[in-house]
Amino acid sequence: MRLVDVVQFASGSLRGSRTRTLLMILAMSIGVAAVVVLTGLGEGARRYVINQFSSLGTNLLIVFPGRTETTGFGPGMLLGQIPRELTLDDAQALLRSRAIGRIAPLTVGASQISRDALNREVAVLGSTADLLEVRHMSMGQGQFLPAGDVYSSESVCVLGAKLKRELFGQQNAIGAWVRLGDRRFRVIGVLAMQGESMGFNTDEIVIVPVASAHMLFNTSGLFRILVEAKSRDAIERAKLDAENILSERHGERDVTVITQDAVLATFDRILRALTLAVAGIAAISLAVAGILIMNVMLIAVSQRVREIGLLKALGAPAAQIRNLFFAEAILLSGIGSVAGLVLGEIGTRVIAQIYPALPVAAPWWAVLAAFGTALGTGILFSVWPARRAARLDPVMALARS
Amino acid sequence: MIELSQVSRSFTVGDQQVAALRGIDLNIAAGDYVSIMGPSGSGKSTLLNLIGLLDRPSSGTYRLDGGDVTALTDEQQAKVRSEKVGFVFQAFHLVPRLTAAMNIELPLVLAGISPAERKIRVAQLLENYGLTDRADHRPDQLSGGQRQRVAIARATSMHPAVLLADEPTGNLDQATGKEVMNLLEQLVAQQVTLIVVTHDPAIGGRAKRQVRMVDGQITGEAGRSAGA
Ligand SMILES: Nc1ncnc2c1ncn2[C@@H]1O[C@H](COP(=O)(O)OP(=O)(O)OP(=O)(O)O)[C@@H](O)[C@H]1O
Ligand SMILES: [Mg+2]
Repeated sequence: MRLVDVVQFASGSLRGSRTRTLLMILAMSIGVAAVVVLTGLGEGARRYVINQFSSLGTNLLIVFPGRTETTGFGPGMLLGQIPRELTLDDAQALLRSRAIGRIAPLTVGASQISRDALNREVAVLGSTADLLEVRHMSMGQGQFLPAGDVYSSESVCVLGAKLKRELFGQQNAIGAWVRLGDRRFRVIGVLAMQGESMGFNTDEIVIVPVASAHMLFNTSGLFRILVEAKSRDAIERAKLDAENILSERHGERDVTVITQDAVLATFDRILRALTLAVAGIAAISLAVAGILIMNVMLIAVSQRVREIGLLKALGAPAAQIRNLFFAEAILLSGIGSVAGLVLGEIGTRVIAQIYPALPVAAPWWAVLAAFGTALGTGILFSVWPARRAARLDPVMALARS
Repeated sequence: MIELSQVSRSFTVGDQQVAALRGIDLNIAAGDYVSIMGPSGSGKSTLLNLIGLLDRPSSGTYRLDGGDVTALTDEQQAKVRSEKVGFVFQAFHLVPRLTAAMNIELPLVLAGISPAERKIRVAQLLENYGLTDRADHRPDQLSGGQRQRVAIARATSMHPAVLLADEPTGNLDQATGKEVMNLLEQLVAQQVTLIVVTHDPAIGGRAKRQVRMVDGQITGEAGRSAGA
């Protein structure tokens, strides 16, 4: 029997029992679609987190005051007893390490910003010229903070894109003056629109030299020091150096240094495991679909006993009858899988429409696995029905009424 | 062509042995027209199934075209069935979802014959059996006589040497039954060996050889053989 004819015969008998066939395909496709959509979501979440971290900068280390026992990352480490503060001198001292390329000290505070009659509350970030590079920000207009003496408190500021729009509208802001608290600052630049990353929206902040921020908020402490290692390989070295330099200066280890890599790797691991778990759960629905196929094929065999007897009488050997039933199962699960992939793709797109920030896309291995599992279970679970058909005694089969 | 010697077939029912055939000796030459008659349960169908290789004897030997076919594997027997044997059943046994043309084509499809060749043969058969305008009808859209014509066309599509018919007129009225017998007898004229099992003496009487069976044994024969 020719392959085309096998396929044609099998699809003919599938079409013969339309409702049953459609239900089977539906079960199969829902299983496949579930795997595709759920792994897509998991993978999307993972990529979202990684993107967020990467947009912070590369080879980044973050130094903050206070000692935490674990390298965990969360609000917990910000609590506890008040630690000794980090100073600008501490920050500058870090540059002694040969593993460290750039640093950017950070001071944050909130203040009133006003221009003429317009005013609003704003987050003020005190830093240095290197922040632009370290933190991977880009300028929309004008200049970033001037390089040079980090201790000089020049009265210049850089506005977030959205903040600029609110204060100046379409007008040119470069060279204009704004008031922050009781000081006047000249606008020297506007950041490019960047959106939120890691819960920090650079579009709505104002950046001033770190010394100016210290004067504004009447402090000398730093909230964070961002450290950029010279290369990926230098990250561990930079971490050790930073810890040592600051311990030496403070007389004890009272700072925490986390590497972006370590945090990233942890998130990556957690989210990957989550994706796999979710995919596994979805795959159970595929196994259920496989058992359904077996059930339906067994029913098909018992309903078509006379036909099988006839085929034998017409000279079909057992292997051929087995193949015909196999072909039916493969067609069922094949069509179901393809329909499932399409369904999954549609589902993924719908989710992408609803949550544009989430890069939902099923990884290729999940798509492949879903397709393979669907086909595999379809074939596996049809072995028994097909053998049963092939072994029927033709005389008895034909005599069945 | 068909040589049965001391062929027996018994079935196990529960813990009892039921002998359906006992020591059958029967020779049928190529081109013979044989009818098998006898009371219900006498083993007619069992004998026909054995001849058609749908069943195996419990003992005895069966030689077809000079070769012992009882020793063949299932696979080999299927091949012999495909190439040499055609069946016509009382219940027609058409595949309900297939059209008349597709039912006729089925043995050719199973044998792996090319679509082009199939098309020619099916068209010819449809014409021979007056079914051309019924080619695309499914069995439930055909009369009993038409169904049996489709079945005969199907049985002959592989040009078998032997045609086995088990009560081919059993589900038909007398006039239609006669028509069907005429069609089958036309095949004998083309050197096909025809074996018909029937209850109907009028039908059985038409055969050149008339074998009588009672209780699993051949009790007598009338008529004369064409070859032997
Ligand atoms: N599969 C089977 N299992 C058990 N006994 C069987 C089987 N097939 C046939 N028999 C028995 O063998 C005997 C012959 O059966 P067979 O069908 O050949 O009779 P028949 O002459 O064709 O009868 P009918 O005219 O009613 O069709 C019967 O007694 C029947 O009960
Ligand atoms: Mg019978």
